[in-house]
Amino acid sequence: MTWLLPLILLLAGGLAYAGGLALARRRGRDQRSHSRPSQHAALALIWTVVPALVVLVLGQIAMPTVTAGLIEAREAPAVAELEPFRRAAFYSDARRVGAGEQAQQIWPAPLAQELTTTGKRIVWVRDGLTLALAAAVAAAALLGGLFAFARIRPGFRARNKVETWIAVALFACSAIAVLTTVGIIASLVYDSWRFFQSVPITEFLFGTKWSPQIAIRADQVGSSGAFGAVPLFAGTLLIMLIAMIVAGPIGLFSAIYLSEYAGPKTRATVKPLLEILAGVPTVVYGFFAALTVGPALRVFFNTIGGWLIGGPLDGVGQYLALVQNQMALTAGAVMGIMLIPFVSSLSDDIINAVPQSLRDGSLAMGATKSETITRVLMPAALPGVAGAFLLAVSRAIGETMIVTMAAGLAANLTLNPLDTVTTVTVQIVTLLTGDQEFNSPKTLAAFGLGLTLFLVTLSLNIVAQRIVAAYREQYD
Amino acid sequence: MTDAADMNAAASTPMRDRLAAGLKRRHAREARFRWYGRLAIIAALAFLALLLGRIVSQGYHAFYTHTAAVPVYLDPARIDRSYPAGTNFEQLTAEQLLARWGVVDDAQGSKAKAMKSLFSSELKFRLAELVMKRPGLIGQTVPITTPFSDDADLYLKGEISRDVPSDQRRLTDQQLDWLDRLKAEGAVSARFNKALFLNGDSTEPELAGVLGAVVGSALMLLVTAVIAIPLGVGAAVYLEEFAPRNRLSELIEVNINNLAAVPSIVYGLLGLALFINWMHLPRASPLVGGLVLALMALPTLIIATRSSLKAVPPSIREAALAMGASRTQAVFGHVLPLAMPGVMTGAIISMAHALGETAPLLLIGMISFVPGVPMAIDQPAGALPSLIYIWENASERAFHERTAAAIMVLLAFMIVMNMAAIILRRRFERRW
Repeated sequence: MTWLLPLILLLAGGLAYAGGLALARRRGRDQRSHSRPSQHAALALIWTVVPALVVLVLGQIAMPTVTAGLIEAREAPAVAELEPFRRAAFYSDARRVGAGEQAQQIWPAPLAQELTTTGKRIVWVRDGLTLALAAAVAAAALLGGLFAFARIRPGFRARNKVETWIAVALFACSAIAVLTTVGIIASLVYDSWRFFQSVPITEFLFGTKWSPQIAIRADQVGSSGAFGAVPLFAGTLLIMLIAMIVAGPIGLFSAIYLSEYAGPKTRATVKPLLEILAGVPTVVYGFFAALTVGPALRVFFNTIGGWLIGGPLDGVGQYLALVQNQMALTAGAVMGIMLIPFVSSLSDDIINAVPQSLRDGSLAMGATKSETITRVLMPAALPGVAGAFLLAVSRAIGETMIVTMAAGLAANLTLNPLDTVTTVTVQIVTLLTGDQEFNSPKTLAAFGLGLTLFLVTLSLNIVAQRIVAAYREQYD
Repeated sequence: MTDAADMNAAASTPMRDRLAAGLKRRHAREARFRWYGRLAIIAALAFLALLLGRIVSQGYHAFYTHTAAVPVYLDPARIDRSYPAGTNFEQLTAEQLLARWGVVDDAQGSKAKAMKSLFSSELKFRLAELVMKRPGLIGQTVPITTPFSDDADLYLKGEISRDVPSDQRRLTDQQLDWLDRLKAEGAVSARFNKALFLNGDSTEPELAGVLGAVVGSALMLLVTAVIAIPLGVGAAVYLEEFAPRNRLSELIEVNINNLAAVPSIVYGLLGLALFINWMHLPRASPLVGGLVLALMALPTLIIATRSSLKAVPPSIREAALAMGASRTQAVFGHVLPLAMPGVMTGAIISMAHALGETAPLLLIGMISFVPGVPMAIDQPAGALPSLIYIWENASERAFHERTAAAIMVLLAFMIVMNMAAIILRRRFERRW
């Protein structure tokens, strides 16, 4: 029903356009009209569709709240007594039963009957509201259309009105971007806030024990699940550092070579190849890490370990012989490969922004090319390169698939690259996939982690963009 | 004067030597430095070659598969004519093969069971379909072609070696002998793996295919394109052509730049909270996936569109305005059409990028097994990248080569899209 409404609206809009066209032609027959008939018709279309659409969207948004309000107004006492998490679960099960699906949980006796009646009531209320909404939408379309038709006159400035509408629509498009940000912040903050009610924020930020698996059952809220995120932060940091150690030098040196040494032919072949590396989806890197790099590194270290066992470095050998596929080094190295083109193209832009006169001056004084690069270009480009590296760091922190597929789940607090660590993004994926009841602290913890991730990457980006912008200004 | 010249001459030899030595050192350093750059590029390209080479070498096996052609006597005593689909055709086939080779089974029928496990469950469906369609065949011997099970197929492809101790492989020596014998009888043939392209996902590797995921991804991209392209172009036109230079416009610009760098998983969280938990849109559906990807693609799309609008020279706008066109007419009648090749190129590239995005899809539920091919945008569906993730996690080894094959399919789509973008740019781009 609600899916059909937009289509019907579109049809009504078409009718309004045709009608408006005819009407404008007839009324403007005898005198010069300010606007063309098509502009009058467009205005009729807008007035038919837009108010109706607004009513539809508002109605859709309000519907769940109104439904819940109507249902809860006649709530059974047994349901009212439930604690918040259980109560939300009860209602989502009632919705399922009403829709003819199976309930996810088994409810004890008084609640089980209540589940069916509530389910029926939900369906009843929702159908009634949908019908009312459809009527309201039709009324809005009709009134809007009539209003527009009444105004079709030769002297009416329809073009200006249409253009104002277009400008408003374009503004709305760009406002979506801001709304997305608001949506991200609102959803993250709201669910994080619910999470921080059961787990204190200080424990989350400074606790060193992470084992969210224990708190699956609702009656264990906050008592036994450990939500100290420090091991995740450390793991993220470690993998990011390894990635930057790989990507930083390789990316920077290839950028220097491409912009300062390479001829146009080399540039024309190497740059697209690097772009391919940048275009490979991260899930492919994850596959590469999990099934190629991980096993290769494990075999490498296990072999070295095998040589060392029994020698003077027996302890090290024992350790190396037991190294797993899912070490931090695997994920970090592959993430580094992924970041090479990113670092390279950003640094390339930065280096190219350094004025040619600096190079010419240095070369004229007898410096070699490498001396020019290391002593003149690099100091000049340093802030920009730093900004580029910060952007890469932010990318590395937010990267998900490589670490999900190649790093482990064990929340070890370590800086050893051969150990298994876990990261913020891995935990978000783990907490939110698989069987889950949405309203438990375990799943809400993912939003706490998401908020942290968002804030950190956002501040890194803002700082990096400021640095790069200031750097560019310097040479403009 | 002469003193000075003498002193110069006296000093010049050691000085020149020192200079020459220094110069040599400096030139050596220069050559070294140049090599660092070369090595960096070689390393990057080597990684690329390794990555692609590994995927091809792991995945090409998945494009062919082995089938067995065995005769089956449709024993009337074993087939219930009223319900032929209930017959245990696999057992029937296995027992007949063993009988033909003169292998005596034990009381538990463990050899028949071992033989049965060499064939795909497809065998049963094919025989059942045959019998249901032509019941007259019951009592006759029919030749039937069936895929092997994933492990048998791996052995026939040479990926399971006899040298591995038998407790570390999934096939016993006896099973390997049987496979060799079938091969010797000429009953085994290798052919193109049609199932990979024509089937949806399946729990059995030999029957699993990417079609469901390809269709799911296509539906999702359709939603993304329908939402993101108009919104993105609209936003870019506003910011580039209409926006007054004020704090609000500046805020929107900064916002868009920052959104482009928000990690994709955060968009997944947004999608989960907004579209699934708040709007109650169907989980794991292409609709929700497309919405999330659209929000994610918007910033890059806006940035690309703005730069192609910027490339249209102001003289076009001025000429239109001078001829009496309104601002809207100048933009939509002249500037935007001229910028269109650039806009479409940017749109295709951002769609290709969205096609490969995985993390947000996992959060909105595209991690569960979806058999078959999705037909609607509000039904649970798979997507290519999430299929890759699911298959990579599967325990069967045969899924690993299929994962690489699915990656090749994904990369092929991305290459096609990027080529389209490049051709579009070459063909229509105007330099002013």
